[in-house]
Amino acid sequence: MDFKNAAELLSLCRRESGPISRIMLLRECSLGEIEAQAVMQRMSKALSIMRSSATIPLTQTVRSMGGLIGGQAQLLSLHARSGKSICGAVLQKAVGYAMAVLEVNASMGLIVAAPTAGASGVVPGLLLALQEEYQIPDERLLDGLLNAGAIGYLAMRNATVAGAVGGCQAEVGVASAMAASAAVELMGGSPEQCLDAASTVMMNMLGLVCDPVGGLVEYPCQNRNAAGVANALVAAELSLSGIRQLIPFDEMLAVMYKVGRSLPCELKETALGGCAAAPSACAHCMR
Amino acid sequence: MSFISVFDVLGPNMIGPSSSHTAGAALIAHLAHKLIPAPLKRVDFTLYGSFARTYQGHGTDRALLGGILGFTPDDLSIRDSFNIARQRGLEYSFTPNQTETDVHPNTVDIRMENALGQVMTVRGESLGGGKVRIVAIDGVPVDFTGEYAAVIAIHQDKPGVVAHITKVLSDRNVNIAFMRLSREAKGDTAYSIIESDGTLPEGIPEQLKTNPYIHDVMIVQP
Repeated sequence: MDFKNAAELLSLCRRESGPISRIMLLRECSLGEIEAQAVMQRMSKALSIMRSSATIPLTQTVRSMGGLIGGQAQLLSLHARSGKSICGAVLQKAVGYAMAVLEVNASMGLIVAAPTAGASGVVPGLLLALQEEYQIPDERLLDGLLNAGAIGYLAMRNATVAGAVGGCQAEVGVASAMAASAAVELMGGSPEQCLDAASTVMMNMLGLVCDPVGGLVEYPCQNRNAAGVANALVAAELSLSGIRQLIPFDEMLAVMYKVGRSLPCELKETALGGCAAAPSACAHCMR
Repeated sequence: MSFISVFDVLGPNMIGPSSSHTAGAALIAHLAHKLIPAPLKRVDFTLYGSFARTYQGHGTDRALLGGILGFTPDDLSIRDSFNIARQRGLEYSFTPNQTETDVHPNTVDIRMENALGQVMTVRGESLGGGKVRIVAIDGVPVDFTGEYAAVIAIHQDKPGVVAHITKVLSDRNVNIAFMRLSREAKGDTAYSIIESDGTLPEGIPEQLKTNPYIHDVMIVQP
């Protein structure tokens, strides 16, 4: 069983009367010649790494290699505990987790690329926050990861997830589309609603450039992971409320890829433009 | 080509911060260290392109050294690889080369010397997302990724050697996925690289070496 695009994925979902996660699991088993149980075991391992990377920096300060980030997740957590968060429980937690993962990543800690290291905070951030707020069991969360995997696979196959090729829209953008789709499935939405949410994210993050200060996966990457979580949550909310999208996910991937290729190379991971070229960023790098 | 797995999307499990500059670097060096008998005495890394410019901020140096020490890209020991190398008496150096630009942007040359005095230089490229390929051994072009079990045979460029290799593998029921042959010059040293499905059975190097033209055989299991 295989699918090349979102349209084929949807028709498989209809044929099998199953969610996107189920189709992705069947695909993995058939193409990877591997038992479903082995896939789930490996996914559990990924989930446990995601969980530690999202929570370690909340209690201990980790120093990044480049010294640009560290301690942000702790500040968010303190702020939330003070009762002054203006985000609501899911978003406030998800943002904290997403930023935490980027701190772990930047300090040479263990993370799961999702789909890249620079965007690794978004998917675990949103899924772990939803799990806590809605008491979702781990087995369901693994389905969420499979669903996210299907969206990321489509982006890898039909567009790109490399910042150097497509900018940040291809990294954090795709990660957020993955998270949005997974959130919709976890909250009971249909496969069509999942793909609409993914499409919405690509639309709302379209054109986002990759401009890491000093060429390091730290800043503004960490902020962008937080923003990606918010984008994913908004898109999932729209979709779950029944709002449909004019432009399907397949087309949005093509649009994103085309926009990415037309971005100048200064804005694609070269650290020559965007935030990386701002006077304060340059001054920091000279230090 | 293998298919895009869900674990290519949600993965690799890796030590940060960069799948190409950290995880890929560790994997290249990890593959390289399997190609020469242990223990190593000295290793010299030459970094090209983006590796040369940003290797310290991405921990590329620790990742490369960690890979040589036998650590996989998800091993937290990579953080301490400088100390561990010193404890094990492994000398190392890193040299950025920013003048040679006619290479893949994330390329490294790894020159390894073991306790027996054997020397080998391996060139690897980090392709993004933690994927890598080894593109040269001692200056001879090769191509393998480490995703499959690989047999690397160094032999003289003579008729019948490849037939011998494929016969040995088929006798052992090894299914060949990819096969490549390259040589320094006609009649000179050649490299046969065979990537196969599954893991390779024991004893393949010994059986291959019964052919007098085969000088050496290396096995890289996934």
